[in-house]
Amino acid sequence: MTDTPDSQNPSKGEDKLQFGLLLTRPFAVIGAAVITWVNHLGASAIFLILAMLKIFRHKQLSKTVQQLYYIGARSTPIILLIGLFTGMVLGLQSYHALVKFGAQGALGTLVALSLVREMGPVLTAIMITARAGSAITAEIGSQRITEQIDALDTMRIDSLRYLIAPRVTACVISIPLLTALFDLIGIIGGYISGVLLLGANAGTYYYRVQDSVDMKDVTDGFIKAVVFAVIVSTVCCYQGYFAHMRTDSHGAKAVGLSTTSAVVVSCVLILVADYVVTSLLI
Amino acid sequence: MNTPLIEFKDVTKRFGSRTILDHVNLQIYEGQVTTIIGLSGAGKSVLLKHIIGLIRPDEGTILFRGKPLSEMTRSEMASSFAQMSYMFQDNALFDSMDIYENVALPLRETTNLSKDEIDHRVMERIKQTELGDAIYKYPSELSGGMQKRAALARALVTDPQIILFDEPTSGQDPVRKNAILSMIAQHQRKFGFTAILVSHEIPDVYFISSRILALYGRSIVFQGTPEELEDFDHPFKDEVIRSLERLQEELTGLHSKRQFKVMYHSQMHRRTLKETYVVAVFTLVGLDKIIASLGHDAAQEAIRCMGLYIDKHFGAIGGFSTRNNTNEFVTVLPYSDQPEAADILMDFIKDFREHGIREIWTEASKQAISMECVEFTILAGLAEGQPISEIDSVIESAKNQQIEIGQFRCAAEE
Repeated sequence: MTDTPDSQNPSKGEDKLQFGLLLTRPFAVIGAAVITWVNHLGASAIFLILAMLKIFRHKQLSKTVQQLYYIGARSTPIILLIGLFTGMVLGLQSYHALVKFGAQGALGTLVALSLVREMGPVLTAIMITARAGSAITAEIGSQRITEQIDALDTMRIDSLRYLIAPRVTACVISIPLLTALFDLIGIIGGYISGVLLLGANAGTYYYRVQDSVDMKDVTDGFIKAVVFAVIVSTVCCYQGYFAHMRTDSHGAKAVGLSTTSAVVVSCVLILVADYVVTSLLI
Repeated sequence: MNTPLIEFKDVTKRFGSRTILDHVNLQIYEGQVTTIIGLSGAGKSVLLKHIIGLIRPDEGTILFRGKPLSEMTRSEMASSFAQMSYMFQDNALFDSMDIYENVALPLRETTNLSKDEIDHRVMERIKQTELGDAIYKYPSELSGGMQKRAALARALVTDPQIILFDEPTSGQDPVRKNAILSMIAQHQRKFGFTAILVSHEIPDVYFISSRILALYGRSIVFQGTPEELEDFDHPFKDEVIRSLERLQEELTGLHSKRQFKVMYHSQMHRRTLKETYVVAVFTLVGLDKIIASLGHDAAQEAIRCMGLYIDKHFGAIGGFSTRNNTNEFVTVLPYSDQPEAADILMDFIKDFREHGIREIWTEASKQAISMECVEFTILAGLAEGQPISEIDSVIESAKNQQIEIGQFRCAAEE
């Protein structure tokens, strides 16, 4: 039997092992994170499909209307406010940029296309995530940790039907409508800052808006809004529904962390999805 | 015995590396009140959640009416669980709904009943659980006791065949604890459902339980009647029963049944065969009527007062008493013979008629939900025993000789 150099010097062998671990560790950590993400993605997709199958069940209308009121109607003021100021800032910045090239006549085009194609759907979805999505996660998460969801199961009330399906439906209906509202008020905001405050030509502004925005832009914006609605509702409901499964915390803290995760993950996915959908539609 | 309604065969459940239930075997029979007792953290709630399907076992089989749940089709399982209702330890009421909506929820979501029918059923349960004043209040606006009753109303509203109660009396005062247990027992008798309770409340649960299951060391170590548990020789009894059982019963302040028996045996041990003792048995007849007219709290208050009155009178002359049943008290007069005890009883009756019965009424009426006319009777009976006599047979003999010693009708004493 011959001794290898390593067996003659164990500490050298351990050093090599440690060095090897050091090299592979980052890959292991990234791999584990990716596997966790893929697992969550798969679980959320199944969760969404199961919830969607229950959208048209009996006795869903009143619950959906209730959620439409909360997610849609009660979000309208904040969407109007954000839309107005987004349009105004866009008008302000664009005007000063366009003036340098003597192209201030294109202000309407720039404001309208920016809003309809990108900013409207993205900002609306992010605002809904912040206002209604976080509340959805906190509410469902709190119901989970206080055994209210278990209580539904013991009463033979399907919790996916009762809690999740109406929220998904309400998001899918209200986010596109709120996006349309955002676009409209944003264009008005651009008019206020560009035309009323900075002196751009009102007729040119309206003409450019009307001329440059075609049906495809509106449809693309609508498709994005629907995709974002599905993302926001699924992520927020999923995080709340499985708040008790978190391994990093329990109880009220788990609800808090789930709410944070819901907002962060939704926002990231909205932006990622925006790129993917845009590249597919363009 | 018949096929058990629910049977566990070698059920094991682990959470991570912790084994909670280890080869649990048990049987629960239809129409009975079965109570699972054990220390906190023993796995009683986990066991209960297996029954309703919220948790599945890692190993072993759960049979429902003789058929394994694992072999049932989805619809069979749904129809099995549809017969059950569950009352959670922390109530699990929906905090965004008022009490009416909470109770109505299972009917609204799982039945096609008309609005009027739902309203009728909900109001009936709300009335039965004495929640009339809290109907439009939210759970957070109610006391712990009222929340328990709301959870009970919700559990009862679908008229289930099996109701699982997870610690239904936790966090309640003695009167309220007994009121809730009495309510469960009364509803169980009235509707005939199978009740499965998890409770720490020893000895209070003995009065309403048909069978006791003892969970100890991750498995079931005893299954039988409360009387059989008295003779059960196992470390469980020393470690669990005696730590849970208060030396004095919380409701009445009298001795617990176990301490009563210990005192009885130590007294009899020192006696010669010729020495006699007397047992007096007092019964409050009409407890159900008090419950129906004044509510469960008032009824338990009446029981509490009666216990205190008996103890005050007989404790002063060396007697010791216990609550033998929901509405029954037993007193041992260790140094008396029958004629002497009869004289003592006559004094008690005189005093009881003049003051006692009115005191009971006064205290009970303070807890009453209404001031309806009520009628109840107190019976008393004496029997003489000898040191060699079995206490239970002397108690039976005293019960057979009971006579009416006081009657209360509305506010007029007879």
